[in-house]
Amino acid sequence: MAYTSKGASIEADEEGYLININEWNEELADQIAKDEGITMSTEHWEVVNFLREYYAEYQIAPAVRVLTKAIAKKMGPDKGSNKYLYELFPYGPGKQACKIAGLPKPTGCV
Amino acid sequence: MDEMESGVVKKFMFINRKPPHGTVYALEVLEMVLISAAFDQDVHLAFIDDGVYQIKKGQAPAEIGCKNFSPTYRALDGYDIEKLYVEAEGLAERGLTEDDLLVPVEVLSRAELGKLMGEMDVILTA
Amino acid sequence: MTMLHTVNKSPFERNNLDSCLGHAQPGDAILLIEDAVYAAMGGTNIAGKIADAAKTFRLHVLGPDLKARGCDPANLVAGVTVVDYGGFVELAAQNKAVNAWL
Repeated sequence: MAYTSKGASIEADEEGYLININEWNEELADQIAKDEGITMSTEHWEVVNFLREYYAEYQIAPAVRVLTKAIAKKMGPDKGSNKYLYELFPYGPGKQACKIAGLPKPTGCV
Repeated sequence: MDEMESGVVKKFMFINRKPPHGTVYALEVLEMVLISAAFDQDVHLAFIDDGVYQIKKGQAPAEIGCKNFSPTYRALDGYDIEKLYVEAEGLAERGLTEDDLLVPVEVLSRAELGKLMGEMDVILTA
Repeated sequence: MTMLHTVNKSPFERNNLDSCLGHAQPGDAILLIEDAVYAAMGGTNIAGKIADAAKTFRLHVLGPDLKARGCDPANLVAGVTVVDYGGFVELAAQNKAVNAWL
C-alpha cells in the first residue's frame, strides 16, 4: 500500500508500516493516526517522538515492555505504565505508535 | 514452550563467531536474542573468533546496502540482557582491544569461556 | 554433564573445528559431520592434532558422510570412531546439550 502526503506517494507494507523511515513527516503521522482512529494530542506526540529518538539511537523499534520501562525512566512512572500507553494507543503502543512514528513493526511483535 | 510458561529458567547462550555484514547470521542471531528476552530466560551472549567484529565501533555499512544494526547491541541492556562476553584471544588475534567495542562486555579467556559454555542448557552457535 | 559438539566444515577451509576444540570441555563428545569428516582422515597435516584431541574428547565421525566422500573408515586417525545416524541420535540424547559449530 502507499500513503499520499504533501503531494508525494509514500510506500508502506500491507499493514501500513513505512518502507523508508526517512519519508516520514508530521502530516503523515496525523494521517496514519486518523486511519487508526486516533486524534494526535500532545501526549500522543510525546510517545511518538520518544519512539523516533529511540529508533535513531538503537536502530530498532523497542518491545512494549522495553518502551514502557524507558518511558518510565525518562518521563516518570505515571507515563511509563501499560495503562497510560494503552489508553493513548488502544491497539498497543508497539503496533500503533510505531506505525504512526514511521518505524518498522517491533521485532517479535506479531 | 511449556517449560518456559511454567517458569523454568534455563541458561541460554548465543555464540557469535561470524563477521557482521558478509552473511545474515549476525543480524539473525541478534533478532533471536531480542525475542528471547520476552521469555525471561537466563540469556548469555558470547562473541568469539570473527564474531568480535560484530561489536566493533564505527561501522557504517550504508554504502554496501546493509542495515547498520551495530547500535542495536547497545539496546540489549534495556532488554535486561546484560551478560555479554568477548573472548580475549579473539580480540588479540585481530589487533583489537576492549576500547574498540561499542558496548560494555566482560572479556574472558578461551578457557574461561569454554567452561562457561559447559554450564549452559541450550547453546546456539552461528 | 557433557555436551555434544557437531562440526560440519572442512578444517582446511574454516576454523570451526579449531574453535570447537578450543572450547570443548574434557569428556565432551565431538561428532564430525558433512565436510568436517576430512578432519578425521589419517595422513593429513592435522592428523597429529586430531589424535591428541581424541585423548581428551570422545571423537566420532558420521559414517554416511565418510562414505559419500570416498573416505575409507579403515584410514581414520587412531581414537576416532564411526557412528551411523542412529549413533548420532544416541549421542544427542546422552549429552546435556548440543552445540552445532556452523
